[in-house]
Formats: sequence, structure tokens, C-alpha cells
Amino acid sequence: MGGFSLSNIFRLGLKELRSLAADKVLLGLIVWAFSGAIYEAATGVSQQLNNAPVAIVDEDASPLSARLAGALYPPYFRAPELIRLDQVDAAMNSNRYAFVLVIPANFQRDLAAGRQPEMQLVIDATLVSQAFIGAGYITRIVSGEVGEYLTGRRDAAPSPIRIATRARFNPNLTGVWFGGVMEAINNVTMLTIILVGAAFIREREHGTIEHLLVMPLRPFEIMMAKIWANGLAVLIGVAFALGVMVRHVLAVPIAGSLALFLGAATLYLFAAASIGIFLGTIARSMPQLGLLIIMTIVPLQLLSGGVTPQESMPAAIQNIMAATPTTYFVRIAQGILYRGADLADIWLDMLLMTGVGAVFFSIALFRFRKAVTQTQI
Amino acid sequence: MDRAPVVRLSGVSQRYGEAVALEAVDIALPAGCMVGLIGPDGVGKSSLLALVSGARQIQQGRVEVLGGDIGERHFRASVQPRIAYMPQGLGKNLYPTLSVFENVDFFGRLFGQGKKERTARIAELLSSTGLAPFRERPAAKLSGGMKQKLGLCCALIHDPDLLILDEPTTGVDPLSRRQFWALIDSIRARRPGMSVLVATAYMEEAERFDWLVAMDAGRVIGCGTPAELRAQTGQATLDGAFIRLLPEARRQAHRTLSIPPRVPDGALPAIEAEGLVQRFGDFTAVDHVSFRIERGEIFGFLGSNGCGKTTTMKMLTGLLPPTEGIARLFGKAVDAGDLETRKQVGYMSQSFSLYGELSVAANLDLHARLFHLPDDRRGPRVAEMMRRFGLEPYADQAAAELPLGIRQRLSLAVAVVHEPKLLILDEPTSGVDPVARDQFWALLVELSREQGVTIFISTHFMNEAERCDRLSLMHAGKVLASDTPAGLCAARGEATLEAAFIGYLEAATGASRDAPEPVGAPPVEAGGGRPAGRGNGAARPGGFSLRRLLGYAYREALELRRDVIRLGFALLGSVIMMFVLGHGLSFDVEGLRFAVLDRDQSPESRDYIAHVAGSRYFVQRPPLLDEADLDRRMKNGEVSLAIDIPADYGRDLRRGRSPEIGVVVDGAMPYRGETMRGYIEGMHRDYVARLLREQLGDRASAAFDIESRYRYNQDFKSVYAMVPAVIPLLMLLIPAILMALGVVREKELGSITNLYVTPVTRFEFLVGKQLPYVAVCMGSYLLMMLEATLVFGVPVKGSLAAMTLGALLYVTATTGLGLLMSTFTRTQIAALFGTAIVTMLPTLQFSGLTTPVESLQGGGYWIGQFYPATYFILICRGAFTKGLGFADLWPSLLALAAFIPVLTLVSVALLKKQER
Repeated sequence: MGGFSLSNIFRLGLKELRSLAADKVLLGLIVWAFSGAIYEAATGVSQQLNNAPVAIVDEDASPLSARLAGALYPPYFRAPELIRLDQVDAAMNSNRYAFVLVIPANFQRDLAAGRQPEMQLVIDATLVSQAFIGAGYITRIVSGEVGEYLTGRRDAAPSPIRIATRARFNPNLTGVWFGGVMEAINNVTMLTIILVGAAFIREREHGTIEHLLVMPLRPFEIMMAKIWANGLAVLIGVAFALGVMVRHVLAVPIAGSLALFLGAATLYLFAAASIGIFLGTIARSMPQLGLLIIMTIVPLQLLSGGVTPQESMPAAIQNIMAATPTTYFVRIAQGILYRGADLADIWLDMLLMTGVGAVFFSIALFRFRKAVTQTQI
Repeated sequence: MDRAPVVRLSGVSQRYGEAVALEAVDIALPAGCMVGLIGPDGVGKSSLLALVSGARQIQQGRVEVLGGDIGERHFRASVQPRIAYMPQGLGKNLYPTLSVFENVDFFGRLFGQGKKERTARIAELLSSTGLAPFRERPAAKLSGGMKQKLGLCCALIHDPDLLILDEPTTGVDPLSRRQFWALIDSIRARRPGMSVLVATAYMEEAERFDWLVAMDAGRVIGCGTPAELRAQTGQATLDGAFIRLLPEARRQAHRTLSIPPRVPDGALPAIEAEGLVQRFGDFTAVDHVSFRIERGEIFGFLGSNGCGKTTTMKMLTGLLPPTEGIARLFGKAVDAGDLETRKQVGYMSQSFSLYGELSVAANLDLHARLFHLPDDRRGPRVAEMMRRFGLEPYADQAAAELPLGIRQRLSLAVAVVHEPKLLILDEPTSGVDPVARDQFWALLVELSREQGVTIFISTHFMNEAERCDRLSLMHAGKVLASDTPAGLCAARGEATLEAAFIGYLEAATGASRDAPEPVGAPPVEAGGGRPAGRGNGAARPGGFSLRRLLGYAYREALELRRDVIRLGFALLGSVIMMFVLGHGLSFDVEGLRFAVLDRDQSPESRDYIAHVAGSRYFVQRPPLLDEADLDRRMKNGEVSLAIDIPADYGRDLRRGRSPEIGVVVDGAMPYRGETMRGYIEGMHRDYVARLLREQLGDRASAAFDIESRYRYNQDFKSVYAMVPAVIPLLMLLIPAILMALGVVREKELGSITNLYVTPVTRFEFLVGKQLPYVAVCMGSYLLMMLEATLVFGVPVKGSLAAMTLGALLYVTATTGLGLLMSTFTRTQIAALFGTAIVTMLPTLQFSGLTTPVESLQGGGYWIGQFYPATYFILICRGAFTKGLGFADLWPSLLALAAFIPVLTLVSVALLKKQER
């Protein structure tokens, strides 16, 4: 594309910021996305066990079974409700309980007699994220409780090997630590793509981009101006989200350097904005763009490792997602913010992310002129 | 004119923000005749007409139409079937992808006409307007004149008593214009009782009206018959009369324009076009156009909208590479990448390319900078432009707030700020009043004659064309003739340029039968002896009409069917997404990378490691060297789980000293951390149990056992959980975004007017628009169900009927959600953005997709309780994995059903039946 003029990019970007400032509804939505939405996402959802509804079928009615019922308590579990065995099916069908612990008759007696009685734990497996973790908790709690009950009477042999598990980076595995930051990242993706893509389609529909192309301006300059201006707006938003909302309002410690994160975010904004322009060159109208954006954002959010770990996905999906910048950004963000990673740890991801962004940028640049003049809808 | 007035305005004022559109207007318009509103754009003509038609809400004053107060809701509903309104802008209230027939048919439905009645009326209207041969042509592909005739057909379908036309002939070629007025005359001859109210900026047209209202700056400055107005002002022409009626200050600015003759210098031509062709698909917009424009010449392009003027200009600027032919500027072939040539060209496009939110000074300064005027010259140049173009009083005003004429001057100032040698101006004066237009031309003449700037200008005003040195007449992509204005008149033997142009058009179109004109056809009363306007099937005004509702539904369905890309996304998008998400999204935690810091290196420690490495959940990475290595590799995410085996582990184990193994889990992602912890602790227990069995035999078995039974999904396979989760997710996001632009797009494009001025109610409008999308989404649902069964092997174990009913209720609610966003946003961007924000977070986080709603806290819990996805997820899981039917699912079905009336009522309440 030959040379380009930084001053043109700067001037056009300023203009872009003024248009953004003029749309009050849009500004309001941006503010919400980096404040209220972050708070809601962080405090509303906890991916670990929380308030799980439990019921106990107590056919034993012994002191031990009562003790077990008392061992399941908030915040992990709701206070367990006592139901009858014949109520289990109906209750689980209607989603009233996630777990039902069935204590058989004579459990305490058989236990004392060393007859190895068997309890049953019925788990609603449709509750993906909670079923496994919850079952583990209940097993651990019940075992502990029974063990303590037994040790009072006879010596239990100590385990030949002990295990001490601890979690790094988030010792209590609190969801607040996770939800807020991930929501910030999701909103960065969503906002940047929509803002840049829709602004581009609007300018196409109104013909103002054509006007720019008649002036001594290059498509490269027009695109860069859109990217830096909208990117700056989002960057301020995400800086606020992390610096104020996450760190102070939600009181989540940030392990690494916020500045390094914002630097990485800047590169990510370039990549996401490039995707936005790219989509804008494909869609021919706003309704088409809307669908394209949804079809882009949803996989980006769900499959980039921010919701479920990427290593558990099929290789094909992992390969596809490796061609999106979001995958790298989620990794970088988790690295810096939780694990305190520094530049040496993440430079490769940063490079790849920028590279992917540059590819989208180049395709968009290639399509730019044709897309702008092809206004026959 | 002794009848009661058809329209009476008393004390009507209207303002939009700062701008005053109407200022205390008091006037009565006579019935049964043709009343013209004259005056330039922006003086309040359109506002007045919109108030009379009931399209706009009255802010102050009283407007009586056909004997009642149009501001009163019930009267408005009862009188609207007697009014027809054609808004300003070519085909503004038409639907571009619909055919001629479908457009008129739609309006027939809105007025509650039955099929038989519609067919008869449409046939009659199309043949009398000469549109019959183009019945199946999409409105978008009609010429400007044909669009206006179609608009007229749509307006006349219900035999209105009051026909309101807002600038019906602006941007239409003179032949079509003449045909249009002849058509109006013949209609009036047929229905003498009908009153016609027309706004126009063409003074020559106003001559033929019965009664005129001259307006300026929101006020009525004169009224009467054309003859009365001329007599009153002592002027020979209406143009002159209008200028006399203007306030003193504005009149003084006007002087008759005189153009000094041009002295040809015989230098290189500034513009050369040779055989330019531009095709868009099978449509040829510009067909072998050639011309040469000399330096300093003012060269005009005269033709109707859509005849190829703009496309030709775009080819000259390099915006559009020609399909065939070549264009040269100053002897150099036009090249899109050539920035040097662009610096010599100033371009003013039809759509204003100013930045509305920037001030006048800022706009000029921005363009000066973009053209790289040196710093020391920029300031003086901007100041000079402000002075010469009379912009100084407006320096700090935002461009969007300026009156049209001033904005036009600013546009020109912006186009010449860098002193170009060539100006390309695309209809720069459309909609500008005669005084401002003459001032604008004075500037052009100065540029041409004194500075030798070449000017290439397109226009549809005859009197402007006459001022050009030479001009080309364009029609349907072809140049009909090129010469000096006098030469063109002489060639056709006509006295005026207009007559000459019509002659050329007739010669060109006569052969192609473009517009057969049975204007003089004997009047045929469409409705026979029926009372005018209210067809047989018409519902009582204001009441509910299924026909109107289905009319909207039918139209929306047609539009959707024409937009193949959108329909394809809507139907197949979810299928593709389900494929990707169903495979990718998984709550199985597998492939976890672990490494060991083995400080013991004994057979016992290796045995323990082998036990962990043998699990399908874990993948072993090279051993950790030391604490620092562990730290580093966890930090960069290479290892998610580290096992630290202490020195002397083997010896301690053998001696029964109960050694402790340390495990570090990466907790960055809490859910994954929890799961890993669960895995490793479970594996540890297994290992210990095995060890004990080996050492002690059966004596070692545990005191009791807990048997875990995973209900509904014994194998705990992710796909059984994901498929029923992905369907609700997609059936919310896609329908909502599909619908989100439904209303706001009509607002931006102008067809919302049909809601304002026809008897259709808000409920009929909203539900009618929603129906086709519900149908499409149900189609997509069926495809997803097939995919679930055939591709994923996840069949519905429970009641398919209950599930399908749930899906129907659900998509009605989710499209309703999009519709709601669409009713209260003003721009498409805001609607898109808002919908994404209100759907993504709640659906992904608060509706039980990953975490059950009961486990949520605070706001999230309540959002989840009042969000449709929550209930459909329960239904999906129930039907898919739990094998449930109506007996168990009815509470969720009921909850879903409750969303529908609430969403619809809120949308109806937020939608306005009038423009503010």
C-alpha cells in the first residue's frame, strides 16, 4: 500500500471519537458493559458448588444419619430436606434436587458391625458443571463424618500415604475471581466487533466512506483510524473494569501487571476490530451483519477457553480456534491476571494473536474498496 | 371554493430540538381542489403534511382534517382510511425487494380489502398508470418516475378523500413529471370530490395548482390562487412572486445571476470519458457513456434519479472501476490508488458527507488537514473559505444543525478547501430554495470563470441546466444528447430546454415502450357503486383485523424470502453453530497436563506416578526440575497440575511413616481446578486402596461404601448434556437478533410511515412482523432436532410434542424480546448492540446453562428467574435426557407462555403510532 500518513490516521480517529461521543445510548451501553455487567457476572455466578439443593432419604433414622444430614450446609449446599424413597423420582424429574443421599435402614448398626453397608448417592447428571464436583464434595464430607464417628469407637488405620492438595492462583477457587475477569474479556470481544463492524456498515449505507475514498486517503488509514479510536474507547472501558471494578469493587487480587495486560489488550483490540471490519466487508446490510456477528461472537466466547478449558475440546475445534485471536487473549489474560505471568511467559501468544489479527486486517484491507463501492443491495 | 375547508390549522407550532419547523401557523385549506405548498426544503412543508396525515404528533395547536380533530386518537383511527399519504423521498414508503404488484397488494391488505377486490383494483390502477407491464419488477429496480407512480397506486388503492403528496416529483425526469401530473388530473376528473394536498419545490409545477400556500421558515408568507399571488406581488412568474414574498433581509441577498461567457482555451481536456460501462450483476447502470470536458468549463449532467449520473461520477473519481471503457482526468487514466490526482479533485456527493457532529470550522479544518495543507496556509485558507461562503456566523455550530442551504455551502467549501482544479458535484442543490441556489451558482461561476476550475455538475433542475456551458441529457444509463443548452433546444426545434429534453426522452423511450401512457383513458370507477374507500372486508377502524395482521406477516415473509443470505443464516446458522458448539463445548475435563517433581526417584514414587499417568484425564509432561521450574511452568500455563513427591517417600512408605504427597492445582479457572482436585483425590484414594489390598488382602476394605448413581446420563457423556443446552442458547440468540432490526430498520429507512398513516394497529404491526420469523425459527428448530438425532445420536426420550410446543412458545418469546429491543432503540447499531448485551450474559450465565439458577446469587438469580431461556432449558433437558412429558413439564411450559403477552404488551406500549 505504499506509505501512509500518521496525521491522517490521527485526524480521522478524532472524528470517529466525536461520533461515538454523540451517541448517548451507545455510550450508556458501553458503560454498563464494563461496570454493571461485570459486577453481575462476577457475583451472580459461581462455577463451584453453591447452594446445591440436596435431599436425604433417611431410612435409618439413627443418630449417625442425623449427623450426616447436619454435615451438609451452606454455602455449598442448601439445608437438606428429608424425603421418602418413593418421592425421589418425581422430585428429581421436577428439578427440585440435584443430589439425593439415600441412607439405608440399619446403616449405623451394620456399620458398627463391620458389615460394610452401602449408601446411595443419586446425582442429576444433567447439571453438568455441578454434578461431578458436588458428588465429590458429598462423598468427601460423608466419608469424613463417618470416619470421625468411627474413630470415636475404634482405631481406624491411618492412611499409608497422605495427600495435601492446594490450589495455586486462587486458593479458595472462588468464582468471583473468575467471572468478573472473563466477562470483561467477553465484553471486549463483543463490543469491539459490534462497534467497528456496525460503524463501518453504517458509513457504507450513508456513503461517507465513499467520500473519504475520493480524498487523498488510503483504505489503510481509514481502517487504522477506526481501529485506534474505537479501540481506545474499549481500552478505557476494560482498564476501568479491571482497575476499579475487579480490583476494588469486587476485591479480586490481580496477580500480574495490569499495564502488561492492557498492552496485550491493545494488541487484541487491533485483532478484534480487524474481525469487525472484515465482517463489515462481507455483510451487505445491517441485518446480515447482526447475524454474522452473533455467529462469530458466540463460538469466540464459548470455545476460546474462557468458559470451559480448551484442552478438553476435540483437536479439530482446537485447531480452528487457534486461528482466532480470542484463544490467545484468554490465555494471556488468565496468565497475567491469575498466575502473574510476565512478558517472557506470554510473548509467543502475543505474537500469534497479533499475527492472526494482521491476517484479518489484510483480508479486510483487500476487500475494502470493493465492499465500499458495491452498495447495490 | 365555498365548501367547508378540508384542513384547518390553528396556532400550530412544531419544533425539533432547537429547530423550529412550524411557527404559529393558522390556515384553512379549501376542499375539493388541488392545494400546493410551495417553498424550499426545510421551511416546514413536510412537517405540515405529516401533521395533517396524522403521521406526526401535534406539539402545539389544533389540526382539523375532514371535519374532526386529527390529534384525537379515535377520530384519527376513523378518518385514516379516508386519507392517503405519500411521504417525501422516492419510494420512501415502498418495499424495495417487493414487486410492483406485491407493493400495491400490501397496501390493499392494510385497508382490509378482500382478494377479489384487491385484484380488480390493482389491475385497474396498474393499467391506468402504465405500470401493468412491470407488475413483477421489484420496486428497487424502477426508475424514479415509475417509483412515484407506484407510490401513487399504493396511495389510491383505497379511494381516499384526501390525497397528500409530499414533493412527489422531486428527482423525477421531466417526461415522467408531466405524465405524473396528467395522471393526477385524470384521477381528479374521475373523483371530483377528492382533495389533493401537494408540496413542491418546483415553481413551474405550482402554476397548475388551484390554490397555493407559500411558506418560509415555518411560517405562511402568502396564500391564494397562482394568479392572485402574482398579482399581489406584481411579478410575472411564481418564482419571482415567491422571492417578493420573502422577508426583506432574505430578499436582499438575492440578485439575478448573470454568467459571463467562457473563453475556450483549447488546452487539454480536464475530463475524458470513453465508452464507460458499469454493470451490477445483470443490471447495466451506465451504458457506453463518452464525453469530453474542457478546462474551466461548467458541464452539466441532466437526468432523473437512478439514470446513472451518480455512477458515472463515481467512475470518474475512481471510486468505482468501470466494467468497460476508460476515464481520464487531465490526460491521466483514473487510478484508485493515485493520491496525487485526488488532490486536484473536489467531490461533493449526493448524500451529505459532512460530519454532522463536527462544527463548521472543525469540518473545514479536518478536510484541510486531510488534504495536507501546510500549517501556515491552513488557518488563512479556512478563514477565507468561511468568509467567501458566508459561513462566519455559523462557525461554531454543528453541521447537522444547519439549514440545508447553509449545509450545502459548507459542503462546497469543504470540497474546494484544497483548491482543486476540478470539481465533481453530484446534485448539489437538490432541496435548496431558489435564493440559496442562486447564491450557490454565483460561487460556481466565480470558481469557473475567475479561477479556471472545471466543474462537472449533475442536476435535475432545468433552470440550472440552462446555466451550464454544455450538458449531457441522460436516461436509463445512456447519454441521449450532448451540446450547449441552446444547441439542444435548436436540435429539437423547441423553445425551452424542458420541452427539448421531453422530446429526446420520448424519442428514446417510444421505441422501448418504457411508459405507455393511457392517461386520457375513460375513467373507470374501481369500486363500482360502493361507498368510496371502505372495502367489503374492512374491519371497523381501530379494531383488530386479522387481514391487516396477515398483510404485514405476508409482506415480511416475502422480504425475508428475497434476502436469501439472511434466510440462509436464520435457518442454517443455528445448525452450523450447533455442530460446532455441540462438539466443542464440553464440561468433560480431560487432557490435563501434569508434571512431577520427584525428589525421591524410588520404585515407589515411580509406581505412584505411573498410576496417575495411566488415567485418561491426565497427560504427562517432562518432569519438574525444582521448585522454580514448578513455579515457572505453572505460571505460563504449561502445567495445570503438579505433584510433589518428597525425598525418602519410598523409605517412609515402607516403614509405615505415612509420607505426604503435595499436589498443586492451577486454580485460575475455578471449575477446572475443582474438577482436577476431585480427580487427583479420587485417584489417590484408589491407589491407597490398592496398596492396602496388596498388603493386607481383603481385610482392608472400607467400613462402608457410597454408590454414586448418575441419573439421566449414566455415562456422564458431555454430548447428552450439551445438545439440550445448545438448542435453547441458539434459539434465543439468533431469533432475537433476527427480530432486533425489525422495527428500527423501518424507522431508519422510512417505511414506518405506513404504520403511522394506515389503519393498521400497533398490535397487528408487531405480531404480523413477528409471525414469519417465528415460522423460520421453528423451521430451524426442526433442523436442529434432526441434527441432534442423526448427527449427535441424542434422541428425545420424552414427549416430542411437549418439547415442540415448548419450542414454539420459546421462539415466540425470544423473537418478542428482539422486537422489544427494536421498538425502543432509534438506530440499528444501538438495537444490535443492546440486543447482544441483554441476551448474551443472561443466556450464558443466568439461565441454568452451566450453573443451575438455584445456585445463582443476587441479581443473577432474579434475572434467571425472569428469563425465558431458563424454562426452555428445563424443558429441553426434561424431554431429551429425563424422558419427561406434559405431566412433568407443564409448569415450565406455562412459565414460557407467560412471557409472550408481557413482551408483546410492553412492545405495543413502547411503539408509537405517530412520529414525534
